[in-house]
Amino acid sequence: MSFRLDQLPKKKYVVPGNAACAGCGMMIGLKVLGMVLGEEAVLSIPASCASVVQGLAPKSGVAMPILNVPFASAAAVATGIAEAYRMLGVKGHAVVWAGDGGTADIGFATLSGAAERNSNIIYIMYDNEAYMNTGIQRSSSTPRGAWTATTPVGKRERKKDVALLMAMHGVPYAATASIAYPQDFYRKLKRASEIEGFKFIHLHVPCPPGWRYDPAKTVEIAKLAVETGAWILWEYDNGQLKLNPPSTIYVDKTKRKPLKEYLKLQGRFAHLTDDDIKILEEEIETKWQTVLALAKAFPQRL
Amino acid sequence: MTVQKTALTGNYAVAYAAKMARPHVIAAYPITPQTSIVEKLAEFVEKGELNARFVNVESEFAAMSVVYGAAMAGARAFTATSSHGLLYMYEAAWWTALSRAPVVMAVVTRTVGPPWNIHVEHNDILTLRDAGWIIAMAETVQETFDLTLQAFRIAESAALPMAVGVDGFVLSHSTEPVEMPPQEVVDKYLPPRRPDVPILFRPGKPVTFGNLPSDNRIHARHKIVTVYEAQQEAKKVIIKADEEYGKLVGRRYGGLVEWYRAEDAKHMVVCAGAWCSDAKHAVDSLRSRGVPVGLMRIRFIRPFPREEVAKLDQYETVVVYDRDITPVGGVLGLEVKAALSRARVVNIIAGIAGVDFDSRHFYETIQNAVEERYKELEFVV
Amino acid sequence: MLPLSIPAPASAGITGTWRTYKPVANLQKCIDCGLCWLYCPESVIDWEKGHKIQIDYMYCKGCGICADVCPVKAIDMMPEEGV
Repeated sequence: MSFRLDQLPKKKYVVPGNAACAGCGMMIGLKVLGMVLGEEAVLSIPASCASVVQGLAPKSGVAMPILNVPFASAAAVATGIAEAYRMLGVKGHAVVWAGDGGTADIGFATLSGAAERNSNIIYIMYDNEAYMNTGIQRSSSTPRGAWTATTPVGKRERKKDVALLMAMHGVPYAATASIAYPQDFYRKLKRASEIEGFKFIHLHVPCPPGWRYDPAKTVEIAKLAVETGAWILWEYDNGQLKLNPPSTIYVDKTKRKPLKEYLKLQGRFAHLTDDDIKILEEEIETKWQTVLALAKAFPQRL
Repeated sequence: MTVQKTALTGNYAVAYAAKMARPHVIAAYPITPQTSIVEKLAEFVEKGELNARFVNVESEFAAMSVVYGAAMAGARAFTATSSHGLLYMYEAAWWTALSRAPVVMAVVTRTVGPPWNIHVEHNDILTLRDAGWIIAMAETVQETFDLTLQAFRIAESAALPMAVGVDGFVLSHSTEPVEMPPQEVVDKYLPPRRPDVPILFRPGKPVTFGNLPSDNRIHARHKIVTVYEAQQEAKKVIIKADEEYGKLVGRRYGGLVEWYRAEDAKHMVVCAGAWCSDAKHAVDSLRSRGVPVGLMRIRFIRPFPREEVAKLDQYETVVVYDRDITPVGGVLGLEVKAALSRARVVNIIAGIAGVDFDSRHFYETIQNAVEERYKELEFVV
Repeated sequence: MLPLSIPAPASAGITGTWRTYKPVANLQKCIDCGLCWLYCPESVIDWEKGHKIQIDYMYCKGCGICADVCPVKAIDMMPEEGV
């Protein structure tokens, strides 16, 4: 599939003058979502930054049909919409656009239920790695060592890997993505929209106020996450797990940029010592080994 | 083509009525004593007798969320629960009402713990009374069937969700004769589901519901319309639904309340739910002993039938029975008393936690109340 | 029946007032690649291949992503007057 920038839809699904912070990574993701599914999807959005960036009623800052839903309910509401559309003969996709809080923590039961049932929805977890909407409190998706308002000396626990958990549910499609690689995210959205059943995309989304960096660096930081190996691009498609470029390069850990380059741009990691960083690097390598082992265990489509 | 005469439990009556209403989406989580509703509906769907999507949800919160989503997408949606299940879906239930999603829910009323207790009580369904749900209580299995059917029409016309209360075990598991109208009659009675109630939610139509208001007055006005005004309008919808049912099916119940032997009464009993049958027996016994007592059965707790209840002021004593308890007395007792200024109101809280309360107990306590042996609020265990 | 919202600009007001730095594009340097258009989180950069870019300053929040991703550094972040 060709991804020519000049051929992408120009329609503004993210409408100027919305309530997002300057440099919000999520809005880049929403733009790509609009390009792929803007006319074919309805969104269920639980309490999160996404609820607020829509701006104030009677205006909306996102030009797609949106149902704002209770915090823990998004996967279930989208399931209801999908089942209704199926009965009513309505063509289109029920999509969830939810944060890490509403997915990995309070929304985990409805997420797992929808995945286990193989409900016909596309679930996109935009991961800014904390409860940003309520003021930067830690979530289970906050990385180890990160400062948040509720982990002021750095989070003691490791990051919960929701995408792997979804793959282990045996869903038809689960993938990671990053706003620094919109072409990859675009392709994954398109792929998800071709599949019947439960599809999950874990989107890495830097957050200037939460991660404490100059908002101009949102894309740069997202890129560094991949280039240092801290964020791995992979997809699990009908039983086959494989890495996606450019993460394919970083299988070789000598090719990864030093983790420090990713961490030093972010105030939330400013307190880490070199020893702390070494531990994080080792943990990253362990995660790589896990993903590679899974790629070996799931070598081909079922 | 013909009326089917059969015998059903309360739960099966709910299941058959829900089936005949042709819902699009059903999502429910099992909880005693509601379980056989869910199982029966699953059976109907699996056997191909009911063309609907049956969603095996992982919790009651998911159940309410699924039917909410389905209803907002324009589908006819049904769920059922009890007690702790209702409490677990509570946030979603409030969200559903304020979204005006016309969901229909059967509540097989059961005690709230701790301790664990699967027997009858009304507190669970009453927790919905502030949220904006329409709430009805059935007295018989026949009425359970009829109310469940009517609920789809009422909910969709009023654009409010409706809960049908079925006394746990007392009604849900009791077998009584039921007449089921032919499917063609039901199809005539229930208008097709309008996909734009409450909104037309479709891909390609970029409309948003629920983002923060620029002026909180938008929200305040929405609440007044939805929580108060829509309930008042629902009264007309309910009365019309009852009348039309009478014309097409041949059974009428009298609207928001049912009056029993009230014309020449001096004292009135007020109650809701299955035990009203027992209360009516007691009224008959008392009448045969010359005690001028009648009964008002509250069929719809929401919208509160204030106009009908206000008529109780012409009586000397009004004895209100609550199969529920709150820190300020019984729910019905409080609401009835608030509508009256002259009659002496005695609120009796009885039968909670599933404690048996039959016609003998009604007989004794009505007498005690009428003969002024009780305080304003009396607990009978 | 329900208070609904319709997509419209300025759902959070005139967000151009938020910025302290504004992106200024040197169209001579610009190579018409479209990356700034792609990555602008606010949709305030309009791009037509062959006609380069235009920035809507009424809503631009001044985040600086466009300047950061530009492969030829054709965009400078200039302080707003009064900063």
